[in-house]
Amino acid sequence: MAEPALAFDRVTCAFADSGGAGRYTAVADASFAVGPGEFVSVVGPTGCGKSTLLNVAAGLLEPSSGEVRIDGVPLTGINGRAGYMFQSEALMPWRSALSNVTAGLQFHGTPPAEAAERATAWLARVGLAGFESRYPHQLSGGMRKRVALAQTLILDPALLLMDEPFSALDIQTRQLMENELLDLWAANRKSVLFITHDLEEAIALSDRVIVLSAGPATHPLGEFVIDLPRPRDVAEIRMSPRFVELHEAIWRVLKDEVLKGYAQSRK
Amino acid sequence: MRKAASDPRLSRGRLMVYQALIVGALFAFWYLMTEPILISPESAKNTAFFFGKPLAVVKVIFDWFTTGKIYPHLAITLWETLLAFAVGSVLGLGVGLWLALSPTASALAEPYITAMNAMPRVILAPIFAVWFGLGVLSKVALGVTLVFFIVFFNVYQGVKEVSPVVLANARMLGASKRQLLRYLYLPSATSWVFSSLHTSVGMAFVGAVVGEYLGSAKGVGYLILQAEGVFDINTVIAGILVLTMFALLLDYAVTRIESRLLVWRPTTAETERL
Repeated sequence: MAEPALAFDRVTCAFADSGGAGRYTAVADASFAVGPGEFVSVVGPTGCGKSTLLNVAAGLLEPSSGEVRIDGVPLTGINGRAGYMFQSEALMPWRSALSNVTAGLQFHGTPPAEAAERATAWLARVGLAGFESRYPHQLSGGMRKRVALAQTLILDPALLLMDEPFSALDIQTRQLMENELLDLWAANRKSVLFITHDLEEAIALSDRVIVLSAGPATHPLGEFVIDLPRPRDVAEIRMSPRFVELHEAIWRVLKDEVLKGYAQSRK
Repeated sequence: MRKAASDPRLSRGRLMVYQALIVGALFAFWYLMTEPILISPESAKNTAFFFGKPLAVVKVIFDWFTTGKIYPHLAITLWETLLAFAVGSVLGLGVGLWLALSPTASALAEPYITAMNAMPRVILAPIFAVWFGLGVLSKVALGVTLVFFIVFFNVYQGVKEVSPVVLANARMLGASKRQLLRYLYLPSATSWVFSSLHTSVGMAFVGAVVGEYLGSAKGVGYLILQAEGVFDINTVIAGILVLTMFALLLDYAVTRIESRLLVWRPTTAETERL
């Protein structure tokens, strides 16, 4: 079998407590993998360290112990093969949509004319032709997410890390974006690690769903293969009986964790 | 649509008329209090000595501009202001970026920066006069000490306020350390510098004029100093009025430049008037 595109091997992340006295273990002994071209979602209750895992995979955060392997090679420093779509606004506000999309190419030394040409094509692909010269504050939330998607995908990363990228969008825009993401992914199968707290979104998009336990010391509790046929329409697939079955099975595992997480957040 | 008359605020045109009326009333009051019309000639002479006469002031300004006597002085003051602004901004930008990105340097420099900022820097003018003479340089030096700290603190803030997510995003897109400085910290810092443009240009102007006033051979501040020496209060007031108009022009120019440089900034009113 080929090496997984991304593998967590007994990853533990501990942070010094805000008081400085104790330590907070966000992630404990997490091991799982994302195969080449596989779309894997991670669901878990709020505050369970999902984003921590993603930052480790991106190389933005070094694990306290354990290691991350990319195509079998242990990761050191920034993960150059990964594209990262953040939960919150990550566009540079002083750059227009076009020059936000060209940023990655610019950093890699692509000639400006070629970069602009490719970025224009990408903006058109995410449905933003004609918005090249707009600044982020002149775009709607959904449009900004599209720019961020183009910004990430223009570098053609082998691995896509997505941290609740659509959680700030309204439900209609969100489903549109999810379908667009699936189309783009189907055209050029990348490995995707998708973080969400929305179980329906996870099932609708993924090949596999991993359920995380409530924090602290988060670790994977179980994983479910999503054997729904592709291509999918995220809005329609929710009606299928198999979807409902899977949802029930995963929810049974997730529910206790959500309640635990809720109880902790009330303390 | 509601009728304009029921709008609690004044329309723009009426506002300007009222504002002009206030200035007119002030001048009228000034005129009446310094001419022997309503008050005795004796007291009019007294008040005119202390407050000057509006018509005489207007005549001084008129003569300055018609004979062209004022232009070299204005030019020198403008030149000092621009130099002080440019040098102070570049220094502030450089030192601000350096200290904001180097925790050790910033920890070392912190007490000195605080002390130097707390010091009333106008007091340095005599020292600068000794060091740099009575020419342009000593005024520029004074202006630089005023501008530097405004720019410095804004740059420092600008670098610290770069969103960690935007930073992480740029790193994920492959930005090297130098590219982060060039494409992330610098634009963020300069946007803060631009937003403090009004204050720093104003301070450069203050530095130039105060420097001239404390010792010089040219400039509007020098004109005021000369007139004060011979108790020519009319010329002093004329100088003050010219400086004020000049400062307003400068401020207007800054506003124009600002709106061109900060197009990417969200403004509160996004819709355009039709």
